[in-house]
Amino acid sequence: MIISEQKPREEILEMLKGKEKVFIVGCAACATKCQTGGEDEVKEMKRELKKEGKKITGTIVLDTPCDERIVKKDLSSLSSLKNSNSLLIMACGVGLQTIGKLIDRPLIPALNPLFAGTTERIGRYYEYCSLCGDCLLDEFEGLCPLTRCAKGLLNGPCGGARDGKCEVNPAPARRSGVNDEIDCVWALIYEKTKEPLKTYYEPRDYKKILMPGRRVVR
Amino acid sequence: MSRFSERLKSKKFIITCEIFPPKGTDLTNLLKKAKALKGIVDGVNVTDSQRAIMRISPLAVCHILKEKGLEPIFQLTCRDRNRVALQSDLLGASALGIENILILSGDHPTIGDHPEAKPVYDLDPVQLLKTARTLEKGEDLAGRRLKGTPKFCLGAVANPSFEPLELQVLMMEKKVRAGAEFFQTQPIFDLRTFKDFQKKVSKLEAKVIISIFLLKSLKMAQLMDEIGLKIPKEYLKRLEKAEDPLKEGMNIAVDLIKEIKNECDGVHLMALGKEEYIPEILKRANL
Ligand code: SF4
Ligand code: SF4
Repeated sequence: MIISEQKPREEILEMLKGKEKVFIVGCAACATKCQTGGEDEVKEMKRELKKEGKKITGTIVLDTPCDERIVKKDLSSLSSLKNSNSLLIMACGVGLQTIGKLIDRPLIPALNPLFAGTTERIGRYYEYCSLCGDCLLDEFEGLCPLTRCAKGLLNGPCGGARDGKCEVNPAPARRSGVNDEIDCVWALIYEKTKEPLKTYYEPRDYKKILMPGRRVVR
Repeated sequence: MSRFSERLKSKKFIITCEIFPPKGTDLTNLLKKAKALKGIVDGVNVTDSQRAIMRISPLAVCHILKEKGLEPIFQLTCRDRNRVALQSDLLGASALGIENILILSGDHPTIGDHPEAKPVYDLDPVQLLKTARTLEKGEDLAGRRLKGTPKFCLGAVANPSFEPLELQVLMMEKKVRAGAEFFQTQPIFDLRTFKDFQKKVSKLEAKVIISIFLLKSLKMAQLMDEIGLKIPKEYLKRLEKAEDPLKEGMNIAVDLIKEIKNECDGVHLMALGKEEYIPEILKRANL
């Protein structure tokens, strides 16, 4: 899922300056799982913004704010939106922009989306896939070197790992202030198979994931 | 064929060292150091924004060194350039007569002085070695013909202290298959590590040049030990007791070279800004 964290309150308040009537939108999918934009977090946000003197015109937690059909069905027709001079979006950037396609109001992002990752437990997330457009996991015993090696090295490790840990300081761990070193994924791969060290992997085709990505099949 | 390449092909012992391009355009100091090395070493590595600290282009410095009669080894990392820029720089190097290229992944930007930079790593070192060999065949990565074909002498890096060592050796074999003719290693301090490593790489079809690091202080040695480079206790003690730790560091370097020189293809001296001592170290080690 999309791992996210909440922006600092001060930053959110700064963006909401001059916008007194706020409608809050949460996400029942990823942001709920991460506890950054679910029912509880929306309630908490409402309470705090009220304390700051904001008028909360309404709140809703959409099933999937990243789906235009859901936004159309559950959000666009709400009359309370008319009384709002901004929407605070507690979902990822895809959710915010999907809402933006349908609703002509200033949209304020309350979250910082981080990566596509796995949840070990709340507060511990690890990026496992960088959506490369050509999955190679069968070659590496289900461990993605493109994403889980800090340099995305496909043909084997650099010489920097120590005790199975990556030479690069773990950025996500640093962000959260938790000292939790990242494994060198090549140490993990090597434990399972030596084959990738004997195979040559061609350079990746980045044309497959050119920004902006799109897929139109029908 | 470059002078360095000829040396690699001969049975002779190889001596290289490295110098760091400065942050800025003033090369006075660098050139002074380079002058002292002329005729004493077989190749001078010019690092590519080493430790991810932004510095003047190694290609420019290689060119200037070459003009002064030195034999440069252009270090090319995968960190900052995509495949277009890498191929472009390889062609540029060749046109300037710089054939010796050391290919490495490059320290990650987060450990350097521009941690906000976007890391590139479009190609990995194995792919880059192959790419250079492809260019030599008169073709680029896209399969398009080149007008004028480059020629390279390609090297890669290895870490003898790596655990498990076998993984590192598999990597070296892969790099040889991709086109590496020589390796320059991470520094070695511990003879056991050296012997284990040497045993494993002796059959490799590439020259393996072992790095010797000039320790300048006890603190530096402890730091190296911490990052996994295994410094023997005896050396730590010697540095601690020494009145002039730099001098003791030189003694250690000389001892190490004497110990290993008959069992390896060559040595690479890392003097970290004290390149002026390299001639003396080599002389005392009878090289
Ligand atoms: S190879 Fe890695 S980045 Fe690509 S799709 Fe598979 S898991 Fe994701
Ligand atoms: S230590 Fe391992 S994970 Fe980290 S950059 Fe090197 S090969 Fe990749």
